[in-house]
Amino acid sequence: MFFQKNLKSFFLSFAPRQNMPPVIETNRLTKTYNSLKAVDDLNIKVESGEIFGLLGPNGAGKTTAISMLCTILKPTYGTAMVNGFDIVREANKVRKSIGIVFQDPSIDDRLTGRENLYMHANLYGVPASEQKDRINRVLKLVELEDRANDLLRTYSGGMRRRLELGRGLIHYPKVLFLDEPTVGLDPQTRDHIWKYIKELKKAHDITVVLTTHYMDEADRLSDRIAIMDHGKIVVLDSPPKLKETLEGDVIVVRANNIDFLKQVVNTSLSQNQTQIVDGALEITVRNGKAVMPRIMELATQNKIYVESLLLREPNLEDVFLHYTGRTIRQDTTKELHGMAAIQRRAIR
Amino acid sequence: MSEMRGLYTLWLREIKRFLRDRTRLISSFIQPLLWLVIFGAGFGTRFLIPGLNYQQYIFPGIIGQTLLFTSMFMGISVIWDKEFGFMKEILVSPVSRFTLFLGKMLGDSTDALIQGVIVFAFGTLLGVAFDPIIFIICLPIMLLVTFGLVSIGLTIASAMGSLESFGAIQTFINLPMFFLSGALFPVSGAGIPEWLRVASIFNPLTYGVDALRTVILGSAWIPIQPLYINLGVVCVFDLVMIGVGTWTFSRMK
Repeated sequence: MFFQKNLKSFFLSFAPRQNMPPVIETNRLTKTYNSLKAVDDLNIKVESGEIFGLLGPNGAGKTTAISMLCTILKPTYGTAMVNGFDIVREANKVRKSIGIVFQDPSIDDRLTGRENLYMHANLYGVPASEQKDRINRVLKLVELEDRANDLLRTYSGGMRRRLELGRGLIHYPKVLFLDEPTVGLDPQTRDHIWKYIKELKKAHDITVVLTTHYMDEADRLSDRIAIMDHGKIVVLDSPPKLKETLEGDVIVVRANNIDFLKQVVNTSLSQNQTQIVDGALEITVRNGKAVMPRIMELATQNKIYVESLLLREPNLEDVFLHYTGRTIRQDTTKELHGMAAIQRRAIR
Repeated sequence: MSEMRGLYTLWLREIKRFLRDRTRLISSFIQPLLWLVIFGAGFGTRFLIPGLNYQQYIFPGIIGQTLLFTSMFMGISVIWDKEFGFMKEILVSPVSRFTLFLGKMLGDSTDALIQGVIVFAFGTLLGVAFDPIIFIICLPIMLLVTFGLVSIGLTIASAMGSLESFGAIQTFINLPMFFLSGALFPVSGAGIPEWLRVASIFNPLTYGVDALRTVILGSAWIPIQPLYINLGVVCVFDLVMIGVGTWTFSRMK
């Protein structure tokens, strides 16, 4: 694809680096608001060149965690090293070495795309002689060359997002933080942005840390995922391994008396986990194919009418459920505040 | 060096935004015009300072008022930046908070100065004596006056959460500062209530207006304070407000 070719040529300009210590290492990182522990004793390592996903429901502490790593928030306790710099003592050095794309829009819509990029280059001390060249390459990369001189207010939501992603790269950061990169975007644009983020890593060893509450996003993008809940990391592994830990299949049953069926299954079958999700009973078992007839049998015996029965592989949703006892979907509605909300609604 | 580039880019942004906002540019000089033409003409019949007509008297005051209102209003850019999220982009950049504040402050001051210059041009049309040399001397004085005033606006805006609360506080500061500055009537001399005179001493704008008046009206005006004291007070006020502003900026999230 045209887009990918651009990316490669862009990232050839990054100097290759050798095997390195973790790009990010947190040490008991904690942030409390009054009595609430937004981030609770976080200890993670992010390796050079990986895409690291922080997955969790809203309020899990993802944004607070990366805000601390980006030096926007000061930790209440503990610290972290980003690119070898301490986020508390060497905040300015950390800032120079990272790129950030915020959850909410953060561009000046009274300036043109190019002006926004120039401003960023100047704020990050990119040498004047290199600015024009870098900006042109970034514009090409995010395919906004033809709109570069238009005011941002005439851009669509997806175009703004792309410009923000491009902007985050102008000063050649070693780590790129993406906070909910595709919230509020249409599926096509999301797909486009996902492809783009994946290419970043492939083309060169830029490290990406992203937060998301979208399962599919975390699954498709991340090399490793940390599932976060109530300020703590519940589990951390690669998506395939996370799914493997569930050791089995998921049987989804729809029936007329779902609560009773759950009770029956729980008492009659050992070694399983049951949960009602969206009015269907989900049973996680070792050998799904063998258990399915047994469930039909149990239902018939107890005069429960089964509407449908299907078997599927476990997904991240199940992993999340397994470790937190909740579904992430219960609280995925995104609340935006202030003008950003109005603006984003307008974009949609 | 990179701080200087940051400063420049922040300054440039404020200028660009200001010049692109035509409605604001036009509407902002209507008000001083009303004061000069209508208020000046109507009120002038009751005004007695030998050798001066009322419009000549209030002209430097109206320049001061324009600088005050424009400068204070500039604080709104901080609120917009916060609401639209652009403030985050600036706050996470490696530029120091002092540079951040200074860049914004200088940009907004330049905008306010442009307004002041426009009002200056009106004065000429109204027949207030105009001399290019006086105009050139007034430029740095106007700029000095705006520094402190813009800093007040930025400080309040960065401490305020919303547009509404900023608007309320702004009016609460604008009008007393304007009325107590000697812009519309003398704040010292016979017949002026003592409390008003004392209040005007604590108003930094009094010194700015007095300085402008000293330069613009020349020998026709007897200054409250000598020019160097006026400018000295304005400079001290600027420095204090820049300090306070930087401090509030560094606490902003």
